[in-house]
Amino acid sequence: MARSAKRKGSKTIVNIVLGFICLLWLVPTLGLFISSFRPAADILQTGWWNVFPHQAWKQSGETVQLSKDLDLRQPIEVNGKTFTDDQLKQGVMVDGERLMWENRRQRTLSVMERGWEFKPDLTLDNYKNVLSGKEYKLKNPDGSESVQKGTGLSQAFWNTLTIAVPATVIPILIASFAAYAFAWLRFPGRKTLFVVIIAMLVIPLQVALIPVLKDFTSLGLNGSYLGIWLAHTAFGLPLVTYFMYNFISQLPRDLFESAFIDGASHFTIFSRLILPLSVPALASIGIFQFLWVWNDYLVSLIFIGNQPGVQVMSMKIADLVGSRGNDWHLLTSAAFISMLMPLAIFFLLQKYFVRGLMGGSIKG
Amino acid sequence: MSTQAKQRTSPKAVVVSAAVLLANLVVHGAIFLFFRDASLNPLVTAVLAVIWGVLGVYLIYMSLNWAAERYPEKVRRKILPYIFIGPAAILLGWLVVLPALRTLYLSFFNASSDKFVGLANYAAIFSDRLMGIALRNNLLWVFIGTLACVSLGLLIAILADRSSFEKLAKSIIFMPMAISFVAAGVIWKFVYYYQPGDEQIGLLNAIVSFFGGEPQAWTSMVQPWNNLFLILILIWMQTGFAMVIFSAAIKGVPDDILEAARVDGAGEIKIFFRIIIPYIGTTLLTVTTTIIVFTLKIFDVVMVMTGGQYDTEVVATQFYRQFFMYRNFGYGSTLAIVLLIAVLPVVIVNLRQFRKQGGF
Repeated sequence: MARSAKRKGSKTIVNIVLGFICLLWLVPTLGLFISSFRPAADILQTGWWNVFPHQAWKQSGETVQLSKDLDLRQPIEVNGKTFTDDQLKQGVMVDGERLMWENRRQRTLSVMERGWEFKPDLTLDNYKNVLSGKEYKLKNPDGSESVQKGTGLSQAFWNTLTIAVPATVIPILIASFAAYAFAWLRFPGRKTLFVVIIAMLVIPLQVALIPVLKDFTSLGLNGSYLGIWLAHTAFGLPLVTYFMYNFISQLPRDLFESAFIDGASHFTIFSRLILPLSVPALASIGIFQFLWVWNDYLVSLIFIGNQPGVQVMSMKIADLVGSRGNDWHLLTSAAFISMLMPLAIFFLLQKYFVRGLMGGSIKG
Repeated sequence: MSTQAKQRTSPKAVVVSAAVLLANLVVHGAIFLFFRDASLNPLVTAVLAVIWGVLGVYLIYMSLNWAAERYPEKVRRKILPYIFIGPAAILLGWLVVLPALRTLYLSFFNASSDKFVGLANYAAIFSDRLMGIALRNNLLWVFIGTLACVSLGLLIAILADRSSFEKLAKSIIFMPMAISFVAAGVIWKFVYYYQPGDEQIGLLNAIVSFFGGEPQAWTSMVQPWNNLFLILILIWMQTGFAMVIFSAAIKGVPDDILEAARVDGAGEIKIFFRIIIPYIGTTLLTVTTTIIVFTLKIFDVVMVMTGGQYDTEVVATQFYRQFFMYRNFGYGSTLAIVLLIAVLPVVIVNLRQFRKQGGF
């Protein structure tokens, strides 16, 4: 009895500690998410946590009128207490209320009281602004209008998709054929080739970048979709081959033998039998490769460079960080747009995602 | 391929297979040129590319397979495997293996790759101040980053196993793994943001000033502590990975062993160190090496957060800088090779592991 009570107590502690860790993990993203909906001016003036109900000093409506010819260099007497001018500039506490100059020249003090404040001012303007490449009219707080040019992230979104889909499909098909050969065909050089592929799993892709870039330059492939598809295909191949090999080589031998007896060729077996059977594995590694390409920065940076028409989102955002590092309304919404796809995949296809990631984590 | 078959096959088969090979080359060469030079709407290009990627690539295999079937069984069995792995081998050879060798070769040459300098680049890397900082930082990343990811991942996995909201907790911790380093960089730049004055909009500075501390510009602050704030981002992202894998491994520890230990009066801490840790030893090793390899190549975070300023340079950012900004191909290649040498032990461990599992 005492034992189970102790267990229960320790479970509560575990829950509290874990809950705290989860909160720590969640808060940075939450801050980004909330900020992306706040007007530009608000983001820079108050922290994002101010959208939640919080205690703040508010005008109570009362004012204290001091005599107009008061000397501000002398201590100032208000309701029997004395303050300095500086104190009143900052605001000073009196009996749970706060006194502050409302109009220093008119010698009026405002009385502020602490109260709950909850007026989240949220907007979609940041998203409009960051997605479109067109010019945008923004109303400033003082009523004037200013023209801002959007960052054209929607173009980058489509570019990223254009790059990511073929760069996922092509390597998977090529790698599946190779994986089948490694698993079920016997040929000289099989071991050596496969060892090379395993070795390539962790090789940093930096070792290939300079010569590949030189080749691409002479072939005119730099800054083109084709070039980056090829690069992603080649860099993804070792892992996809390895992953598919692990799956295909585990399939039962009987499957092949009965198909062989029926007179099917390897090609038929592969396309009619193996590919349909491999759908879960294909989905897992497909998601991994897709996200890898979607989130990639280095490969795009090198093979796309500053071709504006082809730039992907990660490059756009990195550019924004560099050029408009304090424009948090743009940065937060841009970053969140780039996270939409990965987060959607994560929450909808978590099972496949985890499996692909566990198998694919060693990618270089 | 067709030469192998010469003695035993009809000349017709040879001609046909040569024609198929040639036709494939011509057709895909044409498509290649089309994609290179076409300036279509990106969406149309993407759709065409997927069609090409699936149908076109599939057709390569199909046509070659068809050509192979013109040969007698014995020959066919010999050439078929090479058709299956051919495209993969060609792509890897062209875009990974040969480039790696060429990089090694370039690393023995000067900045413009026209004068052989022997090992001078390697000597320079280890004496240059910036490189020294990059190497030191990389060590910091690997050491602190890996240690923190692994131990936190293990801790959270164990806590989650005993908690009442395991699935939710795992989802939350794992989520950062899905997003890009660039986006994570923005998230954390905002957390670390510093602005002069009273009102801090960066979370960290707001907390610091709430407790009466002095707000700081964390990522450019006194070195080498700013590196730690960058490493924190890696920890935030990679702990989830370690946790998910550890969690699976911990669930594999048989319950009766744990029960027996509890009956014998072993405390949870003793159980953890004496039973769980030895039981998941292999997993521990795999996760550790994976994170080490990953951390060695860290690039995006540093690039986005500081661009390598304020002494936060790492080897991969130095590589980029040497190559693209200073156009120093010698240094750039040498840095790439240094990264390669650093992961070589992992390659060897991987291969051993693979052989042990009876991969072949």
